Amino acid sequence: MEILKYFYDFLPAAGMTLQVTAAGIIIGMALGLIFALMRLSKFKFLSYPAKFYIWLIRGTPLLLQLLFIYFGLVGIIKLDQIPSAFIALGIHNGAYIAEIFRGAIQSVDRGQREAGKSLGMTNWMIMRRIILPQALKRSIPPLSNQFIIALKDSSLASAIAVPELLLLARQYGSATYRLMDFLAIAAVYYLTMTTILTAIANLIEKKLNISDYRE
Amino acid sequence: MIKVSKLNKWYGKHHVLKDINMTVDAGEVVVIIGASGSGKSTLVRCINFLEKAQKGTITIDGQVISHKSKKLHLIRREVGMVFQHFNLFPHMTVMGNVIEGLVYVKGMPKEEAIEEGKRLLEKVGMADKADVYPSMISGGQKQRVAIARALAMNPKIMLFDEPTSALDPELVGDVLAVMQQLANDGMTMVVITHEMGFAREVADRVIYMDEGRIIEEGTPEEIYNNPKNERTKEFLSKIL
Repeated sequence: MEILKYFYDFLPAAGMTLQVTAAGIIIGMALGLIFALMRLSKFKFLSYPAKFYIWLIRGTPLLLQLLFIYFGLVGIIKLDQIPSAFIALGIHNGAYIAEIFRGAIQSVDRGQREAGKSLGMTNWMIMRRIILPQALKRSIPPLSNQFIIALKDSSLASAIAVPELLLLARQYGSATYRLMDFLAIAAVYYLTMTTILTAIANLIEKKLNISDYRE
Repeated sequence: MIKVSKLNKWYGKHHVLKDINMTVDAGEVVVIIGASGSGKSTLVRCINFLEKAQKGTITIDGQVISHKSKKLHLIRREVGMVFQHFNLFPHMTVMGNVIEGLVYVKGMPKEEAIEEGKRLLEKVGMADKADVYPSMISGGQKQRVAIARALAMNPKIMLFDEPTSALDPELVGDVLAVMQQLANDGMTMVVITHEMGFAREVADRVIYMDEGRIIEEGTPEEIYNNPKNERTKEFLSKIL
């Protein structure tokens, strides 16, 4: 029953994994919404920076981004490991979530915008009252997918010594020469968390009745 | 009330509206007919500035409106629009659809807006469906809700872009009845429709369009019984 004890030892690391994931998702959602709206703007000074951000972040590996923010920004600001991981995951997910939101916003029928216009609504009002509520609902399936990816990607934070699941597994492994056991423990934690995340997403999807939602 | 003069519009190289001149007086009901691709829908959408014409002017209430105006949303408040495909907001209830403009555009307190919404839904015979979502009602019912939604803004003129074309035949009557009642109340209306019964009974004037031009206009009797233009005759022989 020694293995149970180790399970317990891994709990704080699982907590750290969750924190990094949650930060990545929350920052990513905020950035994603902002950059999606910027990208769809008819003003080039808004759409071009958004395109650049998405191009840059999607075109480089997350591991590189993590290292860049932790080591590369030293000359400008010194960030600790954990805030570095939060920011890197947030910026990384933001680019993908921006594209998810953009797709969902563009998928809302043109007639919806026209109906809003014909009521005399301003563009911003149409976005906020008509388009976004529908687009956010449609984003839920791809978003839940992205959240699961974010959860697993948080393991890369081990590269900058954030004490999350994978780092702990490797540390225990090299101390005891029983790496497989500890990787298995980490895997069980990851699977548990992704399963719960999927279940929550399914629940929300059902609640919002996405299937019989179209007009 | 509305004066369209020398309106020209192109989609790329395609010239869709050619020198359109048209007036609609207060209280008048004008029906526009014509084949698909004749430009009738584009014309109506230009009046609401959902489409931008490249040349010509649109005067509403004596005021020349440029599509470059920053205040188009203010002008659209005066012009109600009913679409072929209803375009109800699917994430709001029937009542929510009707009061959206009142609450968020006009800034009316919600309780007051709901009272007004009830009155309007009563008018279009949809009061009993106030709390359901658009996905739960039929096409004819949706269109009546869409009419109530447009009326809520208390527009000076109502535009109808083929309001019954997407409906099952048995549902058309209810929508036309609501429109007829509106006309009887003195609403100024521009209606694209091929419902000849409606046009004969309600329209003051019928306009026939083809290939981006107004070919002929006159009273329903003149157009339907004695069309002067060959193209009008040919078109009518096809739809009758």
